[in-house]
Amino acid sequence: MLEINQLHKSYAIGDSSLHVLKGIDLSVANGEMVAIMGSSGSGKSTLLNIIGMLDEADSGDYVLDSVPIKNLTEKKAAIYRNKFLGFIFQSFNLINYKNALENVALPLYYQGLKRKERQEKARFHLQKVGLLDWQTHLPSELSGGQKQRVAIARALASNPKLLLADEPTGALDTTTSSDIMAFLQQLNDEGKTILIVTHEEDIAAMCKRIIRLRDGVIMEDKKVTQVRAESHV
Amino acid sequence: MFDIDLWREIFQSINKNRTRSLLSGFTVTFAILLFTILFGLANGLNNTFSETFVDEASNAIFIRTGKTSKAHKGLQAGRQIQLKNQDFVYIKQDFDTETEYIASKVFKNITASYKNNKNNYSLIAVNPDNQYVEKSKVYSGRYVNQLDIDNQTKVIVIGKLVEEEMFSRTSALGKNINLSGISYKVVGVFSDDGGDDEERIIYMPLSTAQQIYGNNDYVDQINLTYNPDFDYNQAIDFGLDLEKKLKNRFNIAPNDQRAVRVYNRAMQNKGINQMTSVLGVLILVIGMGTLIAGVVGISNIMIFIVKERTKEIGIRKALGASPKSIVSIILIESILITTLAGYLGLLAGVGILEWATPVLKTYFITDPSVSKSLVISATLTLIGAGTLAGYLPAQKASKIKPIVALRDD
Repeated sequence: MLEINQLHKSYAIGDSSLHVLKGIDLSVANGEMVAIMGSSGSGKSTLLNIIGMLDEADSGDYVLDSVPIKNLTEKKAAIYRNKFLGFIFQSFNLINYKNALENVALPLYYQGLKRKERQEKARFHLQKVGLLDWQTHLPSELSGGQKQRVAIARALASNPKLLLADEPTGALDTTTSSDIMAFLQQLNDEGKTILIVTHEEDIAAMCKRIIRLRDGVIMEDKKVTQVRAESHV
Repeated sequence: MFDIDLWREIFQSINKNRTRSLLSGFTVTFAILLFTILFGLANGLNNTFSETFVDEASNAIFIRTGKTSKAHKGLQAGRQIQLKNQDFVYIKQDFDTETEYIASKVFKNITASYKNNKNNYSLIAVNPDNQYVEKSKVYSGRYVNQLDIDNQTKVIVIGKLVEEEMFSRTSALGKNINLSGISYKVVGVFSDDGGDDEERIIYMPLSTAQQIYGNNDYVDQINLTYNPDFDYNQAIDFGLDLEKKLKNRFNIAPNDQRAVRVYNRAMQNKGINQMTSVLGVLILVIGMGTLIAGVVGISNIMIFIVKERTKEIGIRKALGASPKSIVSIILIESILITTLAGYLGLLAGVGILEWATPVLKTYFITDPSVSKSLVISATLTLIGAGTLAGYLPAQKASKIKPIVALRDD
């Protein structure tokens, strides 16, 4: 599903450059649920950005679903992001003047689907996250957990191969975090491949595999027994 | 390609920022309003000029004679110079390519009577060409023709007001009218945009008048129109050349201002034309200036909008928006605001002009309307201006990296 070889990335900071990723080798199979852990500055977010095609590596190979991701034009990157990836952000990143349904339908708009088809699919995914009754509400009228669930519905809408979550529970309380994780586990059970960047041990423990990064290298990569999250919904 | 969803996106965005959109549109509205009013006023001024001088053809030259004021070639000052038929023939032949129409005139004042009506009119005896020099419009019957000249027929063509006054609003055509004791047949009635005085004239064949009133071949005035293809300078040169040759023909001192007077409309026209074109340029500069100010205003606000929407644009890109779709959103929003706001200004400007027309009439501004072609070109200019205003912000927006959406503010 995902194959990374000798990935390097550095950022120029003034005159000097900061080597953030120092040769990452990573392989993720279909249906995995992987936590990427590390303290801030370990390079975990940079790795996620590169996997998410939001940033480009300096050197190394990255193959996603047998498609080499290299020298992408912005247009191509946009198409791949839309087709392969679903993003879940810590701060939800919903568009504040669009209601829940419109937010979920947005990636479908960029896929070029017809309005009716978009709304139908968006409704299906909203129902999946249990928020169909809230479809006409603006993000400002939703709770944090609801917002994140709308964001998950949006990430799922284009039926991506890979879900990328950057601290998905970072802005949520423990109960809501647990709900969101339960939902992500359920998605994984259904076969979705999920990558979660987190610095919380208990969130990582709810995944099936934990990768620990430190100073741009993988320190540890082990399979774990998944702790099932308790759903309160 | 009409993409309804794109428009939906844009309207949602404008609607969300109603105050901001209104404010940015206002500068353009104001710019176009000013431009429209200025342009209308300039148009009105132009109309006044052309209406004032509509009486004769705008390429007319008049030749009159008087007494010499300077002795020349052994001839004393105070000699009366008299134009004759041969001078008419001379000009017609020697300046064949330079002249368009040429007419001799003899002026008389007569008393006309028909049944119980009696009135004084000026009688002008002319050649057929005079109709075109004077821009008379014959709306019933005919004008003086060459056959009249050849046969010295006793026919007349009367002005609209003569017909109204003498024939009590019945048709004068074919009726005989008595002019100071001689009976003439009315063969035509004309109107003239030059005003009432021009419509109180009676025209008769030149040869008839020369025979009846003087039994000579004297001519009081020769009117001609110069070749309409001439530009102002050519026309002025022609007038000066004509004057010089006539002075030579009559043995008049070259610096004698009184003996032969050639009045050339081209002189006047050149002045008016220069003035109106300077006025036009001035208005264009002011109008463009205000428009540019409006465009800069919109551009500024669009840049601000892009900055404010950076995160949203980042999210859209993360969700798969192509740079092109981002550019479209910003550009079309800018064009839409500019065009709508500009149109509003245009409508307001036209409305104000329409409303103010009666008031402006007293200030020598006639019918200050704005032409259809101006409205169309203004619309195109607005779309161009909107594109210009949106270009930089759109470029800026398309360069936003989707990473920014990931960052927490």
